[in-house]
Amino acid sequence: MTFSPDDWAAIRLTLELAATTTAVLLLLGTPVAWWLARTPSRLKAVVGAVVSLPLVLPPTVLGFYLLVLLGPNGVGGQLTQALGLGLLPFSFPGLVVASVLYSTPFVVQPLQQAFEAIGTRPLEAAATLRASPRDTFFTVVLPLARPGFVTATILGFAHTVGEFGVVLMIGGNIPEKTRVVSVQIYDHVEALEYAQAHWLAGGMVVFSFLVLLALYASKARRSYVG
Amino acid sequence: MRARFPFRTALAAACLLAGSAAALADEVSVAVAANFTAPMQKIAAQFEKDTGHKAVLSFGATGKFYAQIKNGAPFEVFLAADDETPARLEKEGGIVAGSRFTYAIGKLVLWSAKPAIVDGQGEVLKKGGFDHLSIANPKLAPYGAAAVETMKALGAYDALAPKLVQAENIGQAYQFAASGNALLGFVALAQVVDETGKLKGGSMWVVPPKLYSPIRQDAVILAKGQGKAAAAALVKYLQGDKARAVIRGYGYDL
Amino acid sequence: MILPPDGGAIRARFDIAYPGFALEADLTLPGHGITALFGRSGSGKTTLLRAIAGLERHPGAYLAVNGEVWQDDDQFLPTHRRPLGYVFQEASLFPHLTVRRNLEFGQKRALAGVGAAERRADLEQSAELLGIAPLLDRLPDRLSGGERQRAAIARALLTRPRLLLMDEPLAALDFQRKAEILPYLERLHDELEIPVLYVSHSPDEVARLADHLVLLQDGKVAASGPLRDTLARLDLPTAFADDAGVVVEGTAAEFDAAYHLLRLDFPGGSVHVAHGEVPPGRRLRFQVRARDVSLSLSAERDSSILNRLLATVTAVADADTPAHVLVRLDAGGTPLLARITRRSRDQLGLAPGKPVWVQIKAVALLA
Repeated sequence: MTFSPDDWAAIRLTLELAATTTAVLLLLGTPVAWWLARTPSRLKAVVGAVVSLPLVLPPTVLGFYLLVLLGPNGVGGQLTQALGLGLLPFSFPGLVVASVLYSTPFVVQPLQQAFEAIGTRPLEAAATLRASPRDTFFTVVLPLARPGFVTATILGFAHTVGEFGVVLMIGGNIPEKTRVVSVQIYDHVEALEYAQAHWLAGGMVVFSFLVLLALYASKARRSYVG
Repeated sequence: MRARFPFRTALAAACLLAGSAAALADEVSVAVAANFTAPMQKIAAQFEKDTGHKAVLSFGATGKFYAQIKNGAPFEVFLAADDETPARLEKEGGIVAGSRFTYAIGKLVLWSAKPAIVDGQGEVLKKGGFDHLSIANPKLAPYGAAAVETMKALGAYDALAPKLVQAENIGQAYQFAASGNALLGFVALAQVVDETGKLKGGSMWVVPPKLYSPIRQDAVILAKGQGKAAAAALVKYLQGDKARAVIRGYGYDL
Repeated sequence: MILPPDGGAIRARFDIAYPGFALEADLTLPGHGITALFGRSGSGKTTLLRAIAGLERHPGAYLAVNGEVWQDDDQFLPTHRRPLGYVFQEASLFPHLTVRRNLEFGQKRALAGVGAAERRADLEQSAELLGIAPLLDRLPDRLSGGERQRAAIARALLTRPRLLLMDEPLAALDFQRKAEILPYLERLHDELEIPVLYVSHSPDEVARLADHLVLLQDGKVAASGPLRDTLARLDLPTAFADDAGVVVEGTAAEFDAAYHLLRLDFPGGSVHVAHGEVPPGRRLRFQVRARDVSLSLSAERDSSILNRLLATVTAVADADTPAHVLVRLDAGGTPLLARITRRSRDQLGLAPGKPVWVQIKAVALLA
């Protein structure tokens, strides 16, 4: 016995969700992390705390609030409807929104640390060599922060793959749309299909191990910064 | 010494009383199907008042409870949402022989948190005009299976399938509909009426029982409850008039 | 030293104050040669340099370089728009780029209009000048500290700056590395046509490299002027302490092969130094420390002292200890300092206008 077609659909969907989420997070998280690493603003503590909230909140809390906020009576739901996007719960974009929020600290924090590790000196050196701040960001900061981006990408992806509670709360368990691997495992267990549950659960264990192995190996190999 | 003696006697008597009370008023730990949450809380309160025993309740999905029971969970009484799971436990020798009985027969309703959405005949299912219809996972929950049966009996299943959102259990199916994310949901009657059977809010259609197989909800005393007075007392209490009145009040058949 | 008509190529006025520190500077600096910003740590020299670079923004300041205003009340040119080169105390090469890519980083941004071939030639030449040509394809972490600092200097020069700012470029290096770089800096001094502001707290570096000296003390400019005149001032607090002395620029004259002595001529006389042969006419700097100078009323030809000059006392002032005085002398237009005991002053009756024989025990050739 191996994976059923449903299992494969869940695996494919999970990978799509994780990839999309990671891409969105890198895009949105980079400026946030940069701001957090550089700003002298007193708002830094507030923003930093908000970004870290998903670390300590149970996923059910996040899922519950998303369900309420993104629902037809919630602020978010009214906004998405006004924009002609419809309602987000029970949809793939909805899962992406939830996963982005849920995995934010796993992307922003490594980036912020990488940016902080660079310090101000390379930025000043670049400025004295005629590089504008934007130029400096792309030609100096990004390459120097590469280990941080590797970590952020791996952690963001892996954490989204491992997400369960939030998806359960707002996903609606729709095959090929919102039924990800973790939910599929849960269904298998609930339905007493233990053999299938073992296949998927074992796969998750192996996947997570490999991801973390890659992460620690790349950290050991790192030659500069930090 | 003499002066102290009465005090000692009193102390000893107090200990004896406390000890005997503890022996009489025992605790029983109960796994309860999510749809039966509200009635069971009420029944447990009365049970404690009437017998002195305390029922410690856990609510959840029947399938999950099965897995936990098989793996050593310390439940003594199990109120399932179906009759298959208790039967299976019985066959596997996990229960006190002969303790299985039907404590309630569930009723399925089509419900919306908004008033005037659901009509008295369930025509809304065929008319459409909604994006999502929440049901409990039919693979796991009897109410979910009953919902699918109903839609098939109405010949509406194929049209409705793309709109279905599946909840982990009937509790979550209710939550999806209650938050408005799903305009409609197939839920348990007990979830949307109060103890007198009156609709608490929104609009509903009680699905005629002929459209789905009866949702027999069976209870058993589990192997861990063997020989425990409180477990036996609870099962007996569930079959008594007071409990049956509560169960009926919430719209279950018996 | 050529000064433009307005008296200086660099006008800088900064009034900086934050808790625990204040800097007040109103400076006019020459458009050529090396200006040393000299002072102890905490005197404000690095702050001033960073303000000039625009790395720190201080309102209410004025800065113009070669007639171009970089900062006043209405404008603040950001660092990356200022045609300057900056050498930090630690080389600050980009660790992810090879030396060549580091050199090209500023070059291609500053000289966008210059052809690739010319840029390449520039780069090769600078690499040659600073002795890093064999290192171009290495990553910075494979270089020694001295090599890195030379690469950083080349990187700054390749932007063809109109002002070069150097923040203690040797301070992070050990003695050997310093000795390795100083000759390159001296070569720059001879070949560069742009002004250099050089922050240092080392009297030795200042004596060897600077043409102009700005002495900073506790956030204030204690003195600013040509090196020769400034060093010979008596009123300067004991900034140089035991190292007080003058720097004289002379011309190589005859070489005495038998005694292995080189004669250097300067306005006011000549000195002999133990040194190899140098082509006649070459300009050389030497330092005469005040503690190495003694004074006598007669010529004293029976002494071992080689260098003797006739000079006139111009001023006498207190020195760094109560037992000593500093005597300022004029030897045919060249100022000299002598550190003698107060008792000797009284015995010799030294006072302004009095002619004396100057005996120089040691002459340090600086280049």
